[in-house]
Amino acid sequence: MATAELAVNPNLYRRPQESVIDGDHNYRSITDTVCKIVERPRPPQAWYVAFAISSSLTLMLFGLIGYLVATGVGVWGNNAPVFWAWPIVNFVFWVGIGHAGTLISAILFLFRQNWRTSINRFAEAMTIFAVACAGIFPAIHVGRVWLVYWLAPYPSQHLAMWPNFRSPLLWDVFAVSTYATVSLLFWYMGMIPDLATLRDRATTKFRQMAYGIASLGWTGSARQWSRYEKAYMLLAALATPLVLSVHTIVSFDFAVSQIPGWHTTIFPPYFVAGAVFSGFAMVVTLMVPARAYFGLKDLVTPRHLEVMTKIILATGTMVGFAYAIEFFIAWYGGNGYEQFAFINRALGPYAWAYWTMVVCNVVSPQLFWFKKFRTTPWLMVVVCVFVNIGMWFERFVITVTSLSRDFLPSSWGYYSPTAIDVLMFVGSFGLFFTLFLLFCRYLPMVAMSEVKAVMPKPDEADSEARKLRLRPTPAEEPAKPEYVGGGPEA
Amino acid sequence: MTSEQQQVAADQPRTVGLLAEFATQDELIRGARSMRTNGYAELDAFTPFPIHELDDALGVRPTKLPWLVLVAGLVGGIGAIAFQWWTNAVDYPMLISGKPLFSLPANIPVTFEVIILAAAFTAFFGMLAFNGLPKLSNSLLRVGRFSTVTTDGFFLSVDAKDSSFDEKVTGEALRLAGAKHVEPLTEEPNPSAMPRAILMGAAVLGSLALLPPVIIASARSTTSDKPRVHNFFDMDFQPKFKSQTSSRLFADGRAMRPRVSGTVPRGSLQQNASYEFGFAPGKASSGEGDGSETATPQWVKEVPMTVSTELMERGRERFDIHCAVCHGKAGYGNGLASLRALELEQGTWVPPTSLHSQHVIDQPVGQLFNSITNGVRKMPAYGHQISVEDRWAIVLYMRALQRSQQASLADVPTDLRATLREMN
Repeated sequence: MATAELAVNPNLYRRPQESVIDGDHNYRSITDTVCKIVERPRPPQAWYVAFAISSSLTLMLFGLIGYLVATGVGVWGNNAPVFWAWPIVNFVFWVGIGHAGTLISAILFLFRQNWRTSINRFAEAMTIFAVACAGIFPAIHVGRVWLVYWLAPYPSQHLAMWPNFRSPLLWDVFAVSTYATVSLLFWYMGMIPDLATLRDRATTKFRQMAYGIASLGWTGSARQWSRYEKAYMLLAALATPLVLSVHTIVSFDFAVSQIPGWHTTIFPPYFVAGAVFSGFAMVVTLMVPARAYFGLKDLVTPRHLEVMTKIILATGTMVGFAYAIEFFIAWYGGNGYEQFAFINRALGPYAWAYWTMVVCNVVSPQLFWFKKFRTTPWLMVVVCVFVNIGMWFERFVITVTSLSRDFLPSSWGYYSPTAIDVLMFVGSFGLFFTLFLLFCRYLPMVAMSEVKAVMPKPDEADSEARKLRLRPTPAEEPAKPEYVGGGPEA
Repeated sequence: MTSEQQQVAADQPRTVGLLAEFATQDELIRGARSMRTNGYAELDAFTPFPIHELDDALGVRPTKLPWLVLVAGLVGGIGAIAFQWWTNAVDYPMLISGKPLFSLPANIPVTFEVIILAAAFTAFFGMLAFNGLPKLSNSLLRVGRFSTVTTDGFFLSVDAKDSSFDEKVTGEALRLAGAKHVEPLTEEPNPSAMPRAILMGAAVLGSLALLPPVIIASARSTTSDKPRVHNFFDMDFQPKFKSQTSSRLFADGRAMRPRVSGTVPRGSLQQNASYEFGFAPGKASSGEGDGSETATPQWVKEVPMTVSTELMERGRERFDIHCAVCHGKAGYGNGLASLRALELEQGTWVPPTSLHSQHVIDQPVGQLFNSITNGVRKMPAYGHQISVEDRWAIVLYMRALQRSQQASLADVPTDLRATLREMN
């Protein structure tokens, strides 16, 4: 029928490649959109309000850390038998949040998911800030913080000994610090060309010098780009197993011990799925207001948000499946202590926490089966906030229910946090948002050079090729063939 | 060019190359191809984002970075394995639950992380090193037009080092290749000069960073007659009483509290002393039997329970659980724990007594019971973990063991003698 036509235009029946961005943009307009956020002389008033709140909370956090160091960990609610409690819950929560960034930048890069370019910088920044918040809690949980260097494997005449490299807690230190370092390298390396853009657009001497130093003298030479892309690909390939290993090793903190409810082989995949779940939820929570507020709607399109909600739906369902499997294994394994641990989780004194977790993590993401929830930004944010609440409770349930019912019934107890516990957790949000607001104000929020590399060439603006690449508007969309039989489309 | 212009040109810094701007990326690629065809080799292109066609057009060779990263990963991995083995198995052997000192599975997480860390550092810093970064001052960055290169500018440069470089001819060639603008790149006036602000800042920060180590070093190497500073006073001086100290809290002035009258400590209830302790109350009147501390107690001579096969079997079971690890199943003092300690030549180990030595055989059952209850020499007390009944059962079984090792054929019932011969 159309063989001749096909010979002329081999792309005739190929699905047009969808553009990663909306609107009629060229290279300069992309740069303007992203840079003007950083370049306007004063941030909007709301930024100041948000910054005032978050930085005061940060100050409160550091004040409380000072109080804790001067007084001792007794200011927390941790006590026999629940010695891990909130500090570890907060640690696992924040590390989990920090999983989306590197997943988006590394794994989606290797899978050639071009849409990632609009959100990867943002998500990577979030990763680093979340890991910074996470790192605080185990560090102050050690008690005598001023001797924390004893944990490092360094030749010491004073200690005359080495750390135990077979301990999961030590693996955890290596995993989280490696993850923080590699994420920082990845984030910074991706930012070098964009920092050079800010340098080249700088209007004041100070900005030129600051961004000049930060961009290391980048000129965008073809030889630089060639090595840069190779290094970026290598870092992505290295970060991919790394991002999966981090929460695996965090889960070993629990799974390698013998406490019923912790000692399960399902923990590594279950923790990783939960981490991606919470990480994406946090990205959506912050991305929706940020794109609206900073005029990034063309770059971060509804399609980006919809894809992220689908990932949340998938990982949320995995997490729900893991909860069910835990109960199945407790029953199928025939171990009375394991069975008690799980029945106690669902029906014991912490049942309220368990069912909060189930509703937030398993039920609420199922709303993303509905198109309306996947396309309405404020509904997404509501669901994602629930997901993050649920993921905090998941860590609380795992840590506290198992520890509060340990091997010795005479020492069983009910854990309650103190005000210091609560305020420190609130303070960690302050730190997270302070870093995030500074990032929005001073650094390029979208990877401009990466978006430019995957967007249609602007000089094709009026050509057929560009039309083919752009997403067809509903009017242009070819009519769907009618379905004769039944089925979901009918 | 007039002579005046020539004069100005002579005063200007040396030309190090030409920079041409192209309107679009496709024109840049075409221009680069045509310049290369014209025989120019020292070409470089500058773009706001990576364009892969340029690698081919300029003849950019693939970087060796991946090999370097591979080597770094291997070195990191081998180093991590070797370090863990040396620290935990050689330099400071750490025996945990009898597990091997070195085993791969438990050492893989740290090894993996070190591989990734070493490789990632190499990828990042290797990329910077190969690219000659950081290079904060560059003749390109002094060209006003070039500032669009990070937004939407596409540039091609020809270095003056190129054998066929001639400012005029090359400039013409660039224009023919499609450049919309060509201008010379001039030598940097002072390429290594740093802005004053940066130098000052570095100097200030550097000297401030020296302060803490200097203070610590001086504190460590000098003495002071001032009292010690207690940063954590309540940790150094805890509000608690130690044993045998005084306290004004109680009327008797003692920090340690005496037993409340009318109470009995756990395990001290003496309803039937012979049964619970293995000796009768009071002291035996032997020799200088004056009731002094050294006098021998009145040991129980007979097991104060109904002797039965069940009690004997119970005794065997308890003996095998609690006693056999050191004394051996037959009671010769050759249990597994003892053998292992002797094998390791542990200096503090006292070999357990053979239960068949004459002085043990001669001991009354009450004394054996007392030894189990309170321990003897290095043997710990078992009174708190073996019940009174079970301790008597063990004593009974020990008597049977002793009997079995001293037995003659006459002790074996006649109808079993044939079986015994077969067994031997």
